[in-house]
Amino acid sequence: MNLKISALEFVEEVKSGNITVEEFTAKTIERIDQVDDKLHAFLSVNNDAVDQARSIDKKIKSGESVGACYGMPISIKDNVCIKNSKTTCASKMLENFVAPYDATVISKLKKQDAILIGKVNMDEFAMGLSTEFSAFGPSKNPWNTEYVPGGSSGGSAVSVSAFECVASLGSDTGGSVRNPASFCSTVGYKPTYGLVSRYGLISYANSIEQIGPLTRTVKDTAFILNLIAGIDPNDNTTIDNKNEDYLEGIESGIEGKKIGIITDMIGDGIDPEVLTATKEAISKLEGLGAVCEEVSLDMVKYSVAAYYTITATEAGSNLARYDNLRYGYDFPVEGYEFNSYISKARKNLGPEVTRRMIIGGFVPSAGHTGKYFLKSMKVKSKLTKEINEVFKKFDLLIAPTVPIQPFKIGGKINDPVSLFLIDINTATANLTGKPAISIPFKIVNGLPIGIQLLANSMNDKLLLKAAYALEQTVTLPEVPI
Amino acid sequence: MTKIGLEIHCQLTNLESKLFCSCKANYREFEPNENICPVCAGMPGSLPRLNQEAVKKATMIAMALNCSTPEKIAFFRKNYFYPDLPKNFQITQLNIYGDTSVGGSGTISVGDKKIRITRIQLEEDPGRLIYEGSSSKNQITLVDYNRAGTPLVEIVTEPDFETPKEVRDFLNILSDLLKNLGVADPSLEGAMRADANVSTRGGNKVEIKNIGSFHDLEKAAHFEITRQESLHDRDIPIVQETRHWDDRRKITVSSRSKEEDLDYRYFLEGDIPWVKINPEIRTELKSKMPESISSKKERYVSKYQIPEQVADVLSSDKFYSDLFEEAHTESNAKEVANIITTELMGLEDTREKREASKLSATHLKDLSDAIQTGKVSRNSSKNALHEILKTGKSVSQIISELDLGNVSDESELLTIIDKIISDESQAVEQAKSNPQTINFLVGKVMQATKGKADPTLTLNLLKKQIGI
Repeated sequence: MNLKISALEFVEEVKSGNITVEEFTAKTIERIDQVDDKLHAFLSVNNDAVDQARSIDKKIKSGESVGACYGMPISIKDNVCIKNSKTTCASKMLENFVAPYDATVISKLKKQDAILIGKVNMDEFAMGLSTEFSAFGPSKNPWNTEYVPGGSSGGSAVSVSAFECVASLGSDTGGSVRNPASFCSTVGYKPTYGLVSRYGLISYANSIEQIGPLTRTVKDTAFILNLIAGIDPNDNTTIDNKNEDYLEGIESGIEGKKIGIITDMIGDGIDPEVLTATKEAISKLEGLGAVCEEVSLDMVKYSVAAYYTITATEAGSNLARYDNLRYGYDFPVEGYEFNSYISKARKNLGPEVTRRMIIGGFVPSAGHTGKYFLKSMKVKSKLTKEINEVFKKFDLLIAPTVPIQPFKIGGKINDPVSLFLIDINTATANLTGKPAISIPFKIVNGLPIGIQLLANSMNDKLLLKAAYALEQTVTLPEVPI
Repeated sequence: MTKIGLEIHCQLTNLESKLFCSCKANYREFEPNENICPVCAGMPGSLPRLNQEAVKKATMIAMALNCSTPEKIAFFRKNYFYPDLPKNFQITQLNIYGDTSVGGSGTISVGDKKIRITRIQLEEDPGRLIYEGSSSKNQITLVDYNRAGTPLVEIVTEPDFETPKEVRDFLNILSDLLKNLGVADPSLEGAMRADANVSTRGGNKVEIKNIGSFHDLEKAAHFEITRQESLHDRDIPIVQETRHWDDRRKITVSSRSKEEDLDYRYFLEGDIPWVKINPEIRTELKSKMPESISSKKERYVSKYQIPEQVADVLSSDKFYSDLFEEAHTESNAKEVANIITTELMGLEDTREKREASKLSATHLKDLSDAIQTGKVSRNSSKNALHEILKTGKSVSQIISELDLGNVSDESELLTIIDKIISDESQAVEQAKSNPQTINFLVGKVMQATKGKADPTLTLNLLKKQIGI
């Protein structure tokens, strides 16, 4: 049984009867048992997975109609609600929270006969980019377990890259899908803001985040996007994509497309290896007939500061509901007055979340909002204007996904500012609502480098086409685990 | 000089569902915490789903109060921790970053005075706290989230009121207006709540929070003015503070919490995109707007010559003006208005009585027609009305069953009149010189016929028999 197949291959194998869903699922669970002690991608594994697989096999045999996933094992970041399952956000605060409803993306996947194989690790409440801030311990990079897998969707990237599932859903607030995808050598995609419903995604910074797939191939991402995108009455920010088929025409190439190289994302602080890889990617795109040209986005230099101010503000509000009154952990209320109870209860939040709660209480406060929050909102709108101007001239933009390669676990955890700065290349897509994708490009010194492409809003199809074209130019070694 | 400004919270009780989910807006019929869902209970991952009907209703209120209505509205988060607030922030509206709430400034006439409206905003109601326990030591707080997310309109006025009486007049007008629009029933328990800002002699402003009914609002204003005056008399300075209305003792109490220092960290609610109120929606709403109370009143007076006071009472009550519209014809309008305002309103003075009543518009129409054609006297019609309310039987059936029909048979009346002329010879003599006295004789006939004699016919026959 070969677990190292893509999502589209999986569907073909099941359809053709070469494999059964039950065999594949059982083998996947075996794989998780084998490697996850070392990797810690999973926070919980679906105990009913094999039973569900069996019933899908039955449907296939009896000729009943079967959903597009054909029993594909998909892992889900633990901030997306699955009814009657624990959804912890990798936080002690929600350690025992059992979601009472399905997120929209989950209902859609269930309808398509996906097997939700388990919930995967993340930085607590998605705040972080190394998965070290999980309250349940860090995940490890399958390429070298001494290194971080990136984050915050670290568990998603690890589970896909180590063959513990076929595909995964993560969430991307400032790079949280693309960053671990880059660090673990998977495809990681952040759709146009509003393309995928956020209903059931536990909010961190709701005005800029999106759920996105992490997969082995670009086509797999298009396949998953086909299933989860579209307007949702439960999320007023969703956009009607008119049932766009993202796989259709994906192989049609990028001949003549104009690609802007964002110079502000390859400047100071970039690893020389990452810079080299980026230059190689550019020449490969030119080899495919694209026209590449340097372009500057002046506001990028303020983007990280604006990003942290806005996200902390929204997080301060979004996480205020965790007062432990309606759900949470075992901490009786009797004998407490409300304010003292919640401040005690909230001590269960980890260090990074606490840091951002404090910032989030300060930057939008009456005396300081003009200097911080409102100014950051100005940066956001200026950056958006700027990038919209750039997209009048260019079809796509290119930059390395992360300016550095994966770092060692524990290497930066005590230096939050240097961690924050790693978001410089990814936060722009979130602040401007644009779609962006990280494509596995190179392995240097045994660790991956991903290349990022961006497109204009609702040009997700073009973006996937270009990503597919670039993906075809590289052959990468297999993950050594 | 006394200045009072109001912040009135009015639930849109006539809406089907809550502001951001499909739970019932009418939460009153549920057991605690049964009218909730992931959205209004603030469960992790849930998102608000804006009730567009609520936006329309709130915009109608803004239009009816002559407020400006912006082309696009936005929602903001008001962040504070409170156990009745499931998300620990309230989704509301704000005008500090431009006019983005459903209503901007407007005015409403209260008597000869114009009261300025500052703004109108649409927001979600929090849950309800219930305190149990005898002393503060063993007090427990119970939370019922059934109300959480109920659509609420906040109407903020400028400090234009000078007396509690003006406040009451304004509230009556506002309450009638909301009922007339069909957006709310302000008489439902908790459907209308208010805060008041009171300052006297140009001094510090005192905010009174938590006033649970219109009735108490006037009382609270009155109490606060008296309190401030008596402090002034004793040369005690009035501090700017927030006071709570103690519903039980009917006094205001200084609130120890520093609510005035709260920083709500307002920012745009990203989960609800800006809502366009385009010209088509405005036109649609305008066309759906019921006739205003003042224009109704004007029409009643000019078209049907209904006396101004009667028209006033009739037009300001939506239930009865609707009934009037259905029952009246060109010819009987005055009579219908008369029956409603002088009789019916008194018979149906409570909600229970109104709901138990079996009266329909057809009854009213038939009854006034019967009065006008002389089938029943105005006096007897009162008995008929009683019977209609109780039984719902038709007017003609009731007249015959209770024998309320007018005596309009000439020979029958003549027999009675002749007897009265012989019994009351002194009055008959007087009548010959003083025509006023004849009314006394008409009264005697009425007495003898238990009010059923046709009054016009009686008068004519009397005159004829006496020879005047």
